[in-house]
Amino acid sequence: MNHWIIAPVVLPALVGAFMVIALRGQLALQRITGLATIVALNGIALALLAYAATHGPEAYFLGDWPAPFGIVLMLDELSAIMVTLLSALALVSALYAIGSGWDRKGAHFHALMMFLLMGIAGAFLTGDAFNLFVFFEVLLIASYGLMIHGGGSARTRAGIQYVAFNLIGSSLFLFALALLYGVTGTLNMADLALKLPTLPEGDQALLRTTAVMLILVFAIKGALVPLQFWLPGTYANAPGVVAALFAVMTKVGAYATLRFGTLVFPTDLAATGPLLQDLIQPAALVTLAVGAVGVLGATTLPRLAAFAGIASMGTAFLAVSAFTPQTTAAALYYILHSTLATAALFLVADLVARRRAHVRLADPAPMTRTGLIAALYMAAAIASAGMPPLSGFIGKLLILDAFRAQAPLVWTVILVSSFLMILGFARAGSQLFWKPAPPEATPPADPGPEPLAIAATLALLASLAALTVFAGPVNDALTTSARAAHNPDSYIAAARLGGTP
Amino acid sequence: MEALLATTIGVLAAVGIYLALRQRTFPVILGLTFLSYAVNLFLFSSGRLTLNAAPIIGEPSPYADPLPQALVLTAIVISFGMTAVVMIMAIGGYLSAGHDRIDLDARDDGEAGQ
Repeated sequence: MNHWIIAPVVLPALVGAFMVIALRGQLALQRITGLATIVALNGIALALLAYAATHGPEAYFLGDWPAPFGIVLMLDELSAIMVTLLSALALVSALYAIGSGWDRKGAHFHALMMFLLMGIAGAFLTGDAFNLFVFFEVLLIASYGLMIHGGGSARTRAGIQYVAFNLIGSSLFLFALALLYGVTGTLNMADLALKLPTLPEGDQALLRTTAVMLILVFAIKGALVPLQFWLPGTYANAPGVVAALFAVMTKVGAYATLRFGTLVFPTDLAATGPLLQDLIQPAALVTLAVGAVGVLGATTLPRLAAFAGIASMGTAFLAVSAFTPQTTAAALYYILHSTLATAALFLVADLVARRRAHVRLADPAPMTRTGLIAALYMAAAIASAGMPPLSGFIGKLLILDAFRAQAPLVWTVILVSSFLMILGFARAGSQLFWKPAPPEATPPADPGPEPLAIAATLALLASLAALTVFAGPVNDALTTSARAAHNPDSYIAAARLGGTP
Repeated sequence: MEALLATTIGVLAAVGIYLALRQRTFPVILGLTFLSYAVNLFLFSSGRLTLNAAPIIGEPSPYADPLPQALVLTAIVISFGMTAVVMIMAIGGYLSAGHDRIDLDARDDGEAGQ
């Protein structure tokens, strides 16, 4: 048993608790500990990725209880890729928070971030459906704290909406899990994959209800239409660096959909069949359209970034919804790209917000240090809209290629929404950076050059460039992972079911 | 017993959803609490309803399924913590905004600033 599998969950949990208890009020020490932990997490994630690629899926039995009686964590290529993405984004976000001074505006930024990392890494690694619920709650409760970090009336009230929405989602998740357990008598995902095909005829309607409820829960997490309403208000009001970190949180919804759609409810399961695809695909197309129109009509820069995030989730869910190895590989590439691109856009929006009198796009306002930030905005906009030369273009190309069979509808929606997003980004950019400010207006106090914050944003853009340059090898590796995800025999075998407690 | 439990869960869920759709934060939080009561009972019933049975395999049979009991315990702890968090946030929002409406004004949007 490889004990490193549990490290991405245990390490941030311990460090987070240590920070709250021992490093209270000592910002410098918190920064050093937090950064060191995240660097270590990056190393562990890369090692786990290499391990999963060579050894195949492996289970970690908590307390050495055999599955399905105990809880298991499952490491496979899919989960290792997601954990790697998470730790890379966490490193950039931590650097930006330190460079921009966001972590100074409340007492527990770094500790909350540790708990968020613990929750997200756990959600990626778990092999148990109830455990997935628990890790969802861990990441949510940390995200509530981060969302209202820095305080303020608008932020707190947007936070209440976010919490209320997610609590309803959690209740729905529990209803679905209770149904699943009532029907099958197990919540271990590998065990579910074995038991569902043998279910009696009479229970199949209950199973379909369960599948729909689970999809609703993941749609709330992933901001899929018609459950996307929480996202613009939340992300636009959250601190910029937190919104950037949240870019990977919506991907948890896409990952969970992918995991359940390939393992628990595969398309050849008689009870559900193509149910998931039929539900998600139209919703994803509408999500993409709503996001693109939102980018075009956004009134403020953070809202524009939030709608770009919705559009990217629409594209990601569209690719996920086909559930074939080719589309899943395209979805994984797009998820990697869109997480980094959306995060970059939020960081740039934050850079602008702290140098401009207000963030409304329609009213011109003076801004300090425009040149470099305008260039960063342009790069992030190109990446988010999916224009060459950055990886968004390749990601969309892979998805278009995978959807040749449904070209008339899918290609039209993707291409038209990309065009709308280009228009929206161009409009916002010219309003922000080119429109002369009224002469009597004075810009806000210059926060200084902030080399660390700029470097973090540049690092995100550089990683997008790297994703473009190495698109070939990355796509080959992702295709292997997608094939493994769609062929879950080795995953189920790794869970070593059928033991006795 | 099944009919009574099913009705109770249904009524609790209906009350929860109705209250969650209200405009002020306090009824919304009450609604979320009712919803969590409904889901806890539902989770409990997923292990089948048995009377006078210990959660131990073997004699005496029938036995009660212990797993839903553990799941309910987890769910209760989590929903308790979440209610506390949302309560504090609601009080914070009320004190800073001067009212406890749950919807955002157009002015609020994206104006959180720094």
